[in-house]
Amino acid sequence: MVKVTVDGQELEVPQGATVLQACEMAGKEIPRFCYHERLSIAGNCRMCLVEVSPGPPKPQASCALPAAEGQVIKTDSPMVKKAREGVMEFLLINHPLDCPICDQGGECDLQDQSVAYGRGGSRYDENKRAVTEKYMGPIVKTVMTRCIQCTRCVRFAEEVAGVEEIGAIYRGENMQITSYLERAVNSELSGNVVDLCPVGALTSKPYAFEARPWELTKTMGIDMTDAVGTNVRIDSRGRQVLRVLPRVNDDVNEEWASDKTRHHVDGLILRRLDRPFVRKDGKLVEASWGEAFAAIKAVNAGSSVAAIAGDMADCETMFAAKALVSALGSNLLEGRQTGLKYDVSSLSAVNFNTSIAQAENADLVLLVGTNLRWEAPLINTRIRKAAWKRGVKVYTIGQDIDQSYKTQHLGNDASLVANLPADVLEALSKAERPMIIAGGGALAIDGVHGALLALADKVGAVKDGWNGFNVVHFSAARMGSLMLGYAQVGGIADIIAAKPKLAFFLGADEVDFTNFAGTVKVYVGHHGDKGAHAADIILPAAAWTEKDFTTVNTEGRVQRSERAVFAPGDAREDWSIFRALADTLGVSLGFDSFDACRAAMVAEVPALGVEGLADYGWTVPKLPSNPEAREIGTPIKDFYLTNAICRASPTMQRCSDELIHGVEFVEAAE
Amino acid sequence: MLADKDRIFTNLYGFQPWNLSSAQMRGDWDNTKDIIARGQDAIIEEIKASGLRGRGGAGFPTGLKWSFMPKEPREDRPSFLVINADESEPGSCKDREIIRHDPHKLIEGALIAGFAMRARAAYIYIRGEFIAEAKTLFAAVQEAYDAGLLGKNAAGSGYDFDVFVHRGAGAYICGEETAMIESLEGKKGQPRLKPPFPAGAGLYGCPTTVNNVESIAVVPTILRRGSGWFSSIGREGNKGTKLFQISGHVNTPCVVEEEMGITFRELIDRHCGGIRGGWDNLLAVIPGGSSVPLVPAEQIMDCPMDFDGLKAVGSGLGTAAAIVMDKSTDIVQAISRISYFYKHESCGQCTPCREGTGWMWRVMERMRTGDAQIEEIDTLFDVTKQVEGHTICALGDAAAWPIQGLIRHFRPEMERRIRENGGMMEAAE
Repeated sequence: MVKVTVDGQELEVPQGATVLQACEMAGKEIPRFCYHERLSIAGNCRMCLVEVSPGPPKPQASCALPAAEGQVIKTDSPMVKKAREGVMEFLLINHPLDCPICDQGGECDLQDQSVAYGRGGSRYDENKRAVTEKYMGPIVKTVMTRCIQCTRCVRFAEEVAGVEEIGAIYRGENMQITSYLERAVNSELSGNVVDLCPVGALTSKPYAFEARPWELTKTMGIDMTDAVGTNVRIDSRGRQVLRVLPRVNDDVNEEWASDKTRHHVDGLILRRLDRPFVRKDGKLVEASWGEAFAAIKAVNAGSSVAAIAGDMADCETMFAAKALVSALGSNLLEGRQTGLKYDVSSLSAVNFNTSIAQAENADLVLLVGTNLRWEAPLINTRIRKAAWKRGVKVYTIGQDIDQSYKTQHLGNDASLVANLPADVLEALSKAERPMIIAGGGALAIDGVHGALLALADKVGAVKDGWNGFNVVHFSAARMGSLMLGYAQVGGIADIIAAKPKLAFFLGADEVDFTNFAGTVKVYVGHHGDKGAHAADIILPAAAWTEKDFTTVNTEGRVQRSERAVFAPGDAREDWSIFRALADTLGVSLGFDSFDACRAAMVAEVPALGVEGLADYGWTVPKLPSNPEAREIGTPIKDFYLTNAICRASPTMQRCSDELIHGVEFVEAAE
Repeated sequence: MLADKDRIFTNLYGFQPWNLSSAQMRGDWDNTKDIIARGQDAIIEEIKASGLRGRGGAGFPTGLKWSFMPKEPREDRPSFLVINADESEPGSCKDREIIRHDPHKLIEGALIAGFAMRARAAYIYIRGEFIAEAKTLFAAVQEAYDAGLLGKNAAGSGYDFDVFVHRGAGAYICGEETAMIESLEGKKGQPRLKPPFPAGAGLYGCPTTVNNVESIAVVPTILRRGSGWFSSIGREGNKGTKLFQISGHVNTPCVVEEEMGITFRELIDRHCGGIRGGWDNLLAVIPGGSSVPLVPAEQIMDCPMDFDGLKAVGSGLGTAAAIVMDKSTDIVQAISRISYFYKHESCGQCTPCREGTGWMWRVMERMRTGDAQIEEIDTLFDVTKQVEGHTICALGDAAAWPIQGLIRHFRPEMERRIRENGGMMEAAE
């Protein structure tokens, strides 16, 4: 600990803390633009100047200065006040006064800090600088005249996203931030630079001129587009979700969110199922809830009922559907739509056991059959931290994909898992904190799961205080569905074999519906996508922003999300649909309200009642461990179009076209 | 007055060839092995005792700087010497003369200094515009390699040492030591934050010392002739000889080696044939390259030309590049031109310098034409104070000081222009 004095207040700060951190610990606000806790220190905005003695008789940049024993720091002296006024004045002389038409207005660091630390008027009579716009892809809108050259975006791209595509060109007052050759910034995390930008230079393109921050209702939510469980804030106005921003959670997403998380929400108002439909003479026609329920009753399925959960299904929905299916006397439940049938007798064997936060402490990583960058972008940033900051070695088996850090590709052959090269085996054995990460591609091949568990055992990846065996899922529903028993031994094939008369598809769009030819298919979901096209009866339900729910991410973290807006039209929250249907079918589910539904769920699976990491213990099932020699695929073909909401979203479509399929868009000249 | 026998740079004017054989005849590379055999600590002590202060402008004691380097460099983290030959300061032209005509002094100095600080190699960063000089330097380094004076067992000393010459691309800011390191690493030349200082983490994150060409080139001679000889020249705290570069309104501008502390009057009369039009015609002098404040005639005339003497008149020795201006000079335009230079060369990294240099230049341009208000002089002064001391590197200070010097000494001239121009700006329509 180091003892320092801040404005006459003595305090002890940890060794290695900066003066800025010391001031914050003393409760002093230090204005800053370039400094950001999660990026390297640039020290170039000069806004955080404080007076430090002993030291040179001039103000010091507190963000870059280490706190030292006996330092006397002043944050409110005349020298500091004058320095801040000076820097503020410099920042503003070339900054356009276009706040009324700037999307950053109301949440702009420059605005706030100029009120707090600037001087009243301007002494600058010369012409202001103007800078041409730069192209930074479909997500980021640029108004570079507003840029204050803090270089946060440059450092984010280089350090966190791992794409060295943003940089500064020219020098002096002509310095400009631009993307490499003005191409789209090819990163699934590019939207984060919008949050990082302290001014309105980089703003959100899809959200441009949509709303002011003070008009928005802010709701705490959990993102359902992938299995990371990104903590988000849902900003809505009236009945529409306008944007989604990440919330800080150091255990999960730090303060980042993927572009899909941020920008799939414009799909929430398009292609919505806002009333029930019933198929008559081969055509889906609008119906009332009563007609739809009557049609389901008319199937007279008895106990020949199944439920198949989609990737975005939440725990309460799945529980309510399960309650109905059970009450009808069936246990045909499955969540793995595409036919995966890995063993789930031990949840710990299909969990991301190391935990997302601990992943950055790994000292060796083996990725098997996963495109981590697409399956879990915010787990990939953790691995990148280990690989980039500490030079941790990353081996990959499967398709050779640019993961935004250096990897050593061992080959794309499933049998490799059981016959790793000797040097890799040795490195894994020697590593103190090795991580073996299996993706959806690995789990799709018989024997790989068992071979990886055997490997983890062989190299001692699971030990006291460290569990290095990880499965990364890409479906937000997955861990919750497994906890609720949505798994057949043979996967969805068992359900098909059972030939149920009636099947509920809970937002399941990835199923091969041709296998359900003889089944009356009830689609309970929110978007008119593949599932709705194949359905015989459609019951309109709520999307993830339109209901309270519990979800479990790939590391087994139970999290709760709140309702931001109401579902459109006649759509209802999912649990209530099953509750009402139960009456029609003449069975009882045992709950009449959402709270009772949740309570019943917690009574059945107590772990879902406790927010935080669920404890699955560590048991290793006996599994075949001789994978055949064949190529490993990846489950995600298009990062931007993985679910029905994304496919309805124009922004995601555009991202997919431009960033994945290389379609060139011509911008209208203005 | 420096005696001929005390001159270090004996081929400053290129009367003899620069090549190795001629340099050896002048005494360079003479038993370098023995100097190295004295050992690292003895060499550093000798340089400390000589009182040599860095010749790049800041005047930091050279021996002390070397002693900050690690005594036992790690195998995976070698030490480096970087020699700053990015001489871009307006008015300065000493390093150019050294490299043109006496490159072997520099190369021998690099070996000895590199050995003393336990460096693995020296990088000479030469200004991009010095094309002929870079050619000379490349050739001289090759000569030294061919003669076994560099490389494995350099000069038979048993010490392995390499010298690399790296050409810059013409940015003034790359003369700042940490920007130079960035540039050497292949990045955009922008100064780094200090701490960490280069001696802790410099080139490629390894311990590095950055020295000026002249500081390194004088080292072999100091070691041959002894610290006592060097410290017998000059004043207390300002020892030794120095290359002065006099440009501007003197009869014969020149680069000349003189003792530190020589008065300005003696320097000009003896080497430059006096001020153009006589001493009464002297207006002001910028004594140390464009980045130090100017000194008006009456104060500079009998001022000793060394670090402390010029500090006493509110200026600095800098690189000892005296820019002499007689009364025909438009002093406001001169300073405005210097302001433009700093605006042009600011790297743009930190706010006060990026925004301030442009602002200062634009106001200076209006001061030149008188198209300003008298109060703006105070605003301008305030702006220079807002830049000075608030930046990452010293370029902000260097941009501010010339204007401060102008306002301090020539405010009446600035006010006169504004009044004669009508005292007010025209209303914009």
